[in-house]
Amino acid sequence: MAANRTIGKINALGLTREDYKGGKSTLCPGCGHDSISNQIISVAYDVGLKQENVIKLSGIGCSSKTPAYFLGRSHAFNAIHGRMPSVATGATLANHDLVAIGVSGDGDSGSIGFGQFKHLIRRNVPMVYIIENNGVYGLTKGQFSATADAGQVLKYYGRNELPPIDLALEAIIGGATFVARSFSGHAEQVRSLLKAALAHRGTAVIDIISPCVTFNNTPTSSKSYDYGKAHEIALHEIELIPEGFVPEREEINIQDYEEGQIIEVEMHDGSYIRLKKVGPDHDPRSRVQAMELLEKAGTEQLFLTGLLYYEEPRPTLGETLNLTDTPLAHLPEHKLRPSKEALDKLMQGLM
Amino acid sequence: MGVIDMPAESQIQETGKPIVNDFAFMVATKNGSGSQTSNMALVRALFKMGIPVNGKNLFPSNIKGLPTWYTIRVSKDGYTARRATTEIAIAFNESTAAEDIASLPSGGVCILPQEWNWGHTREDITYYEVPVKDTVKAFDIPTERREQVSNMVYVGVVARLFDIPLELTREALVDQFGGKEKPVTMNYQVIEAAYNWAAENLVKSDRFHFAPMDKTKGKIIITGNEAAALGALFGGVTVVAWYPITPSTSLVDAIIENRHLRTDPDTGKDTVAIMQAEDEIAAAGAIVGAGWAGARAMTATSGPGLSLMAEFAGLAYFAEIPIVIWDVTRMGPSTGLPTRTSQGDILFAYFIGHGDTRQICLLPGSVEECFEFGWHAFDLAEQFQTPVIVLSDLDLGMNNWMAEPFTYPDRPLNRGKVLDKAALEKFIAEKGEWYRYRDYDKDGVGYRTLPGTDHPRAAYFTRGTGHDDRAVYSERSDDWVENMARLHRKFENARGHVPQPVVDYDPSRKIGLISYGSNDPAVCEARDRLAAEGIETNYLRIRALPTTQAVHDFVMNHERVYVIENNFDGQLCQVLRIEVPEDTTHMRSLALGDGLPMTPKWIYENVKRYEDK
Repeated sequence: MAANRTIGKINALGLTREDYKGGKSTLCPGCGHDSISNQIISVAYDVGLKQENVIKLSGIGCSSKTPAYFLGRSHAFNAIHGRMPSVATGATLANHDLVAIGVSGDGDSGSIGFGQFKHLIRRNVPMVYIIENNGVYGLTKGQFSATADAGQVLKYYGRNELPPIDLALEAIIGGATFVARSFSGHAEQVRSLLKAALAHRGTAVIDIISPCVTFNNTPTSSKSYDYGKAHEIALHEIELIPEGFVPEREEINIQDYEEGQIIEVEMHDGSYIRLKKVGPDHDPRSRVQAMELLEKAGTEQLFLTGLLYYEEPRPTLGETLNLTDTPLAHLPEHKLRPSKEALDKLMQGLM
Repeated sequence: MGVIDMPAESQIQETGKPIVNDFAFMVATKNGSGSQTSNMALVRALFKMGIPVNGKNLFPSNIKGLPTWYTIRVSKDGYTARRATTEIAIAFNESTAAEDIASLPSGGVCILPQEWNWGHTREDITYYEVPVKDTVKAFDIPTERREQVSNMVYVGVVARLFDIPLELTREALVDQFGGKEKPVTMNYQVIEAAYNWAAENLVKSDRFHFAPMDKTKGKIIITGNEAAALGALFGGVTVVAWYPITPSTSLVDAIIENRHLRTDPDTGKDTVAIMQAEDEIAAAGAIVGAGWAGARAMTATSGPGLSLMAEFAGLAYFAEIPIVIWDVTRMGPSTGLPTRTSQGDILFAYFIGHGDTRQICLLPGSVEECFEFGWHAFDLAEQFQTPVIVLSDLDLGMNNWMAEPFTYPDRPLNRGKVLDKAALEKFIAEKGEWYRYRDYDKDGVGYRTLPGTDHPRAAYFTRGTGHDDRAVYSERSDDWVENMARLHRKFENARGHVPQPVVDYDPSRKIGLISYGSNDPAVCEARDRLAAEGIETNYLRIRALPTTQAVHDFVMNHERVYVIENNFDGQLCQVLRIEVPEDTTHMRSLALGDGLPMTPKWIYENVKRYEDK
C-alpha cells in the first residue's frame, strides 16, 4: 500500500482516500445516500480527520445503513429506529473528545424519532447530524414519510393528503445553531457544508435531499434527481477557511462583490465560513430571516440549498452539565469512587 | 377490620399490663398537608430513643387533598414489617375519621381534633381530643405554613401521652431541616405547646408506652432509593439519564443531592453527568450510548418506564453493552397505581427484549443491599457487557428503614474486558487478531474497545441485527446460532457471579419458604410466629436472577416449598418452575399483590392454612 502512495495522494495524516472508505454499499445502485457517503469520505480525507476519534451513529432505515460504508476505522453504532439522537447524546456525554457523525433519514428523524431529534437539538449535543431525506420509506417498500410532498401519488399508497414537515425549519425552531439544506446531486456543496459542520461546536444539522431511485424518483417528486437538478437554487458558495489561514483571506478582492454579497462567519476555533452570494439574498446569521426564507420556500415550492442558519454556539450539553475536562470514560478509579472517609461521614449524618 | 386473628400481632387483649414498645399507630391526614414532616419527626425521635421503628407511607396518587395514611410501628423485638392492625389512630382527616376509628381494635386509642366535636361513637377505645386550631393560633405562623405546622400538634400530644422526651422531638426536627434554625423553631414551638397542653388537660387512660432502649445505637435510618443513589455514586456512575416517575424519582433526586461526592476537588467540575431526558426511551438510549462509549451509565424508572425501555434493553443485550436500570416497582396494570407497591415486574424484567433474551436481575431485600447493589450492578454489567436490572420496590425505595451503616465496597471497580491501545496492541501481537465477539476465553464474554481508542484496528461496528463474531453484518443462520450459543454461555457463566441467595437451612425442617426483596421482614416475623406454633421452616431469599445451584437444591430438598411474593400471578414461582427442570408440584405460590407492603399476618395465615390441611 505504502508503495502506491505518491505525493498529492496522501493527506496530512499520511492516509490515502482509500483508507477512509468503509464496506461495500448494499443500497440500490444510484441511491443518493451512496453519493453522500462518498462526500463524507472525501471530506474526511481532505481535512485529515482522525477516524479513530470519530463515532458514526445511526438509527434504522436505508440512510442508517450507510455508516458501514464510510470511515472504516471509526467505531459505529447502528441503533434502533428513530433513537440515534439519544444514543449520540449518551456517547458524547461519556466522551466529549469524540467527533460524532449521525446519519438519519426522514422516517427516522421526521416520524418515529421526531421527539429525539428535537430534544437533541435543544440540548445542543455536539455532533454533525445528517438527514438523508428522500420522502419515502425504502426498506419497507415505499410508504410516504412525513417529508413527502402534499398531493404526491405513490404506486401502492395512493395520494398523500398531508403537508410535509420541513426538518430544517424544525431544527431552527428547536434551537439548532447550524442548519443547512443540500442536495445529494450537488456534491461540491455537500462537501463544503460537511467541512463547516465538522468545525462547528454544537449540533450541526444538514438536511440533504437524497433521491430514492427505487420508490420516489419520478420527476414530479421534489425528492427526485430530475426535480433537484432542475429546481435547486443555491444560496451561496460556501467555503471553510481554516484557522490562521491568513494569506488566502487577504487575496479576496472584496471589491469584486457588492456590499452584503460576502458573509463571513467566524467559528469557535478561529476558522470561518465564507459565503459568496449566488442566489437570493439571505443572511444566515438571522434566525427570523432563516425561518421566513423556509416559509417562503415551502409555500412557493422553492428548493433552496446552502447554509440556512448559523449562530454563535450555545454551551454544549456537557458544558451545561459542568463536566470534567477529562472525558468521563477516561476517569481513573480514584476520581470515580469517593473515599471511605466520605462514606463514614455520610453514615454519621444518618445516625 | 379491627379483628385480630393472628394471636401475636397485638398484645392488646392481654388485659391490665402496660404495652411497651410493641404496637403500631396510624396517622391519617390529607395528602399534601405537610404531615410527612411530622411523621418523620416521630420516627426519628423514636429512633433516637433506641427503639426499633419503621414508618410506612401509604399514600394516594395525588398532589393535595386525598386521604393519606402513615403507619409507624415500634417493636422491641426488632420487627419492621407492616402490621395489618394499628392500635392507635391519629385521626386528623375528617373525611376518613369514621373509617379510621372503626378500624381500631378494642382497647385502642384515637387522637383527634377537639374542634370537630366528633363525639364518642365507641366505648371500647380511648379518645383524646386536642385543640389543634387554638394551639397553632397562639403563634405567628405564615398562612401558607399553618396547615403543615398544625400537624406538629399530634407530635407534641403523642410525645406527652406515650413518653417521648420533648428534647428528642427537637433533635429530630434539627435532622429533618438540616439544622436550619427558623423552621426548627417554628415547628418546635407548636410541639412544645401541644405537649404542655396535653400535660395539663389529658388524663392518660390507655396502656401504651414508649420506653428507651439501646437497639438503634450505631444504626442509620434511610430510604432504599437514597441508599441506591449512594451506592451508584460510590460505584463510579458517570452518566445518569432518567425521566421522572414515581416511585423512582427520589432515587435520582438523591443522586443530584449528593452529587458533591463526585465533584472533582481539583477542578470543581463534576465526574457524573445527570440528564433529565424527554422520556424513558431517550433515557435508555442515552445510557446505551454512554455505556458503549465507556461510561458507567444508569437510569431509574418504574413499570411504565421499563415498558418504554424494552427495545433498548433488548438492543443492549444483543449489542452487549453494559447498562444499569433500577426499576423501583409499583402496581400494574398498564400505567399502574403509581403510589402502591408491588413486585409485579420480575417476569417482564427477566425476559425484557424481543428475541431470546434473559437479563441479569438483582433483587435487593434491604437498604443495605440497595447500597451494595448500587455499586455492584456496574461491576456485573461491565464484567458481562450486558444490562443489569435492579428490582427494588416502592416500599423499600420510598420508606425509611433502620439499617447498619453501609460497608465500603470491598473490591476495586471491575471494568470488564476492555482493551485500550496498549492492551489491543499486545492482544493482536499475541493472538494475531482481535474480533469483538470472538469467545477467546470460552466464557462467552468478548473483549471490547471503546470509541476513541487510538489504534487503526480498534474500531468495530455495533448493531442489534445479525452479526458474526467479527462484528460484521451477517444474516447467515450458522453465524446467528453460534452467537446465541455464546450468549447462552455468557448467561450461564453469570450464575456463578451474581449475588448468591441468603439461606437459613436446617435439614430437619421439611418446609421451605422462598421470597425476595422487601418481603424479607414480613417473612422473618412470620417464621418466628409459625415456629412458636411448632411449624418450623427453612428460608431462602433470592437476591438475583439467574438463580444458582443453591436455589435448585433448596427447592428439591423440601417436602413443601412456599414462594412468597407481592404480585398476583406468582411471577417468581413461575421463574423457578423454569429454572428448576424437575417436578416442582410440591412448590406452591403464595402471591398477594394488593398494593401494600407484605404483612407477617398474611404469610402466617396462608402457610398455616396449607400446613393445617
